[in-house]
Amino acid sequence: MNTIAAPLLPPSERPDSYLSAGYSVRSWLLTHDHKRIAILFAVSITLLFFVGGTAAALIRIELITPAGDLVSAETYNKLFTMHGVIMVWFFLIPSIPATLGNFLIPLMIGARDLAFPRLNLLSWYLYLAGAVVTIGALLAGGVDTGWTFYTPFSTLFSNTYVIAAVAGVFIVGFSSILTGLNIIVTVHELRAPGMTWFRLPLFVWAIYATSVILVLATPVLAMTLSLMAFERIFRIGIFDPQLGGDPLLFQHLFWFYSHPAVYIMVLPGMGVVSEIITCFARKRIFGYRMMAYAILAIAVIGFLVWGHHMFVSGQSVYAGMVFSVLSYLVAIPSAIKVFNWTATLYKGSIHFEAPMLYTLGFVGLFMLGGLTGLFLAALALDVHLTDTYFVIAHFHYIMVGGTVLAYLGGIHYWWPKITGRLYSDAWARFAAILIFAGFNLTFFPQYLLGVAGMPRRYHEYAPEFQVLHVLSSAGASVLALGFLLPPVYLLWSLRRGEHATANPWNASGLEWRTSSPPPQENFKEIPVVTGPPYDYSPQEGDSMFGQEARELGASASRS
Amino acid sequence: MSGIAEQFEDVRQQEQSAHLGMWVFLATEVLFFGVLFFVYSVMRARYPADFAAASRHTDVAVGTINTAILLTSSFTVALAVRASQMQAVRLTRRWLWVTAALGAVFLALKGYEYYKDYSEHLIPAFRFSFEAAHARGAEVFFALYFATTGLHAVHLCIGIAVVLLIARNAARNEHAVEVGGLYWHFVDIVWIFLYPLLYLVSRA
Amino acid sequence: MNALFPWTPAASPLAGKVDVLLGALTALTGGVAVTIIALIIVFCLRYRHNTKADRTRAPADQRHRATRRIELAWTIIPLLLFLGVFVWAADLYYQQHAPPPDAQQVFIVAKQWMWKVQHADGRREIDQLHVPRGYPIKLVMTSQDVIHSFFVPAFRTKQDVLPGRYTTLWFTAERAGRFHLFCTEYCGTDHSRMTGDIVVMEPEEYTRWLASGPAQQTLAARGEQLFRTLGCSGCHGASATVHAPPLESLYGRPVALASGGTVIADELYIRDSILIPTKDVAAGYSPIMPSFAGQVSEEQILELIAYIESLRDSQGSPP
Repeated sequence: MNTIAAPLLPPSERPDSYLSAGYSVRSWLLTHDHKRIAILFAVSITLLFFVGGTAAALIRIELITPAGDLVSAETYNKLFTMHGVIMVWFFLIPSIPATLGNFLIPLMIGARDLAFPRLNLLSWYLYLAGAVVTIGALLAGGVDTGWTFYTPFSTLFSNTYVIAAVAGVFIVGFSSILTGLNIIVTVHELRAPGMTWFRLPLFVWAIYATSVILVLATPVLAMTLSLMAFERIFRIGIFDPQLGGDPLLFQHLFWFYSHPAVYIMVLPGMGVVSEIITCFARKRIFGYRMMAYAILAIAVIGFLVWGHHMFVSGQSVYAGMVFSVLSYLVAIPSAIKVFNWTATLYKGSIHFEAPMLYTLGFVGLFMLGGLTGLFLAALALDVHLTDTYFVIAHFHYIMVGGTVLAYLGGIHYWWPKITGRLYSDAWARFAAILIFAGFNLTFFPQYLLGVAGMPRRYHEYAPEFQVLHVLSSAGASVLALGFLLPPVYLLWSLRRGEHATANPWNASGLEWRTSSPPPQENFKEIPVVTGPPYDYSPQEGDSMFGQEARELGASASRS
Repeated sequence: MSGIAEQFEDVRQQEQSAHLGMWVFLATEVLFFGVLFFVYSVMRARYPADFAAASRHTDVAVGTINTAILLTSSFTVALAVRASQMQAVRLTRRWLWVTAALGAVFLALKGYEYYKDYSEHLIPAFRFSFEAAHARGAEVFFALYFATTGLHAVHLCIGIAVVLLIARNAARNEHAVEVGGLYWHFVDIVWIFLYPLLYLVSRA
Repeated sequence: MNALFPWTPAASPLAGKVDVLLGALTALTGGVAVTIIALIIVFCLRYRHNTKADRTRAPADQRHRATRRIELAWTIIPLLLFLGVFVWAADLYYQQHAPPPDAQQVFIVAKQWMWKVQHADGRREIDQLHVPRGYPIKLVMTSQDVIHSFFVPAFRTKQDVLPGRYTTLWFTAERAGRFHLFCTEYCGTDHSRMTGDIVVMEPEEYTRWLASGPAQQTLAARGEQLFRTLGCSGCHGASATVHAPPLESLYGRPVALASGGTVIADELYIRDSILIPTKDVAAGYSPIMPSFAGQVSEEQILELIAYIESLRDSQGSPP
């Protein structure tokens, strides 16, 4: 990108950074700086990721044997509910938008902060309040409805802390809405001079589209859960047929939010991957405009396909057909993205540092997750596969193989920018490979289990499924180890890592034109943008990049 | 409110951001209320006769007066915006006070209606009683009646607080008045939908 | 059965067709996956930053004509393939929802956490369903509490079972044997124990099995008895003086409603008329019938339905 930019400062002349702007607890908890709020978010969602992961670990241990011998059925049901609720609302949805999005959007568009910094801080406090309420409910006795809260089980039959759990989700919903609102306004209003819409990095497009979904879908969930709580407390028949309600109405409203929510989770990952793959292939993204349009198409069509979760629910056959065909339409832009990423590699000059390994992992796993989605969109096949482990495997390929890998890739890519330190690339590559291997071993057997008919949410199961379950649990232990590594070497780098230069990857975005870590006001002088993004060239020779990469490697061997 | 926050380059950018922010917020609000309207439609299709019977128990006179009051308040808030654009600060304040007062009258009448509903045992799940043939759907109707009008009343309370705050602190800032006015109009529009759905079902 | 792929071969004709679709889709998506992964690997090896590969004339420029064409191709070709898969799967889905008219009807009532089965001849079972090989079976299912789902992997079919309405599922078993029945909609504590067996028997064996049970009335006969003990016959009977709609030849026919519309008198209509008589009043009658909600169980409602259905059969089929 050709910019009239702040000068590239040598590392010796370390300027004031947002991290050195204050060291008191107060300076963090009352900060209005989007970069600090992003870090507050990152710390809290990481904690919750490991809480949700612990539940998953217990589930996988329980499933090693067909009998329910580790925990009781009630406990098992509470565990998978806890895993789902925490991972969906307290990790996946805020993961990339509230951390990387929060940190990078102003930097990438050349702004000094988000449009509404106080709202941004409020968003974090709402997240915290929601997390406290929900975790409180889960610790006080748990919830056994599953993260989907299907009625009438949740309204009339469950004896657990449904209302409290739902209240927490309701609160965290407002956190999402405020983040989304903030980002939409910021992208519209605060772009630097010359930063036209089609000069925006795809990460910004992705977070922008995600924000639109957050703002339009989340209120539907909030109101639906309120009505559910209303029915549970006052016994008003809205969803429960015994009281004269309609249980499918709940499913329609729930999935009207929860299907777009899938795109809330995966679109930001696509954005991250687009940034990394161009930088490490030293090439412009293939078909930039098509990529931007694909992001928007996914966001829009994503609102029209919720009924594909309900092919066997008792909705009409013809409704099923409409939702099926729309689901195939939404698969097209996703396919285009995979093709474009692959084409971007062609004639590139490819480097394989940790962020790129995570990214390549994303492309492969997201593709497998997407392709198996075609099975589930095929009506007659979905009848067999829905509510089996096939679905579990499918959405974990998208959510873990996709979102989590992209999140980790993004954290590794922007870590030098965020913290001003370089981590050990060797350890990071090791973790990436471990996670990729562990992930496949955990979830690929679940596809086979699903095709064979193993139902989901089963505490006990038929003995013939055991071998695959044991494989899956073995994979899960590798995966767990892989997830435990990054916090260790990343935290280590904060103390012992080399200082990073402003642009260690020799990358092209505006965020790399300011010091690492950036000053509190982001840019000494607001940059002026004069060209399209991803100004990479494979012919440039890789001297600079190579030198920085060697530095990374060197720091790895020293630490 | 006259300064520029550090994230903005100039006043114009700050004002546009405030406007857009309010519009995006209202989009969220539309979807929020939208669920209730959708559930209302589904339930009305399920119990058409019960909804008609239940609707006859609402107080159409008070409902109509309240509609008139809110429409008038939208007019006065528009006058406030106009006044602030003309830099007539005292006039702006006055129209904002009138708007808030109209909102308060609306709430008082709504409270009176709620009291009447209470004495007629129309509060669902709380000594609800209705002619047996229509009781089931009528209870759902009144549940949605209280949910929608209650949520609307909460929004109106916030609206009154916002209008009074602007009158006290920011009557000079025409953009603050405009953004506050946007919110007020939205609350008003929600009522324009609620009024026929709740009061006029069987009176057409 | 293979431990690494513990599936049951298809045990019904429709299940076979689903397997063909599954195979075709696996081949298609597998082909795409292998191609893309191979391309990624080849590119990664060939264009590693320190190789000497030719990197000139890369199609990076989006205005490039060839690029446009490539993009168009990989948009339209998948779209056509997807639409083909959609049509294939939708056609099968339609067949899964169109039971043959001569299918033998069996009633299922699900509850936390068991499957209750009522055969037409009155035989009852719990967590087991015996069916003859080679005859189409249609299940009419309801739940008396939460949502359940009736899943038989060997038949590649499942259907949610909802409280307050009837859903149907049909199959023709083509192999004798014992097959898993699973509940696949999470329904509370013992969800994973809400399993059972579908026992497919040779027709002669099935007849013997039916005969071996305790002697009992058919479902319709029990319904007729209920019809009298509940007092239904007092108004709906032939000699009644009250103005109530006659129920002979009601089942499966359109009923004109007082509110103006018409409904088909199916299981749900009969159920609702018993429990919520004011909901759909037949034209020409006043809503004087009391509700029987709380007085009859789901099983008894099914018996009454079977009786009302049998009234039609004794009069000949509707036109």
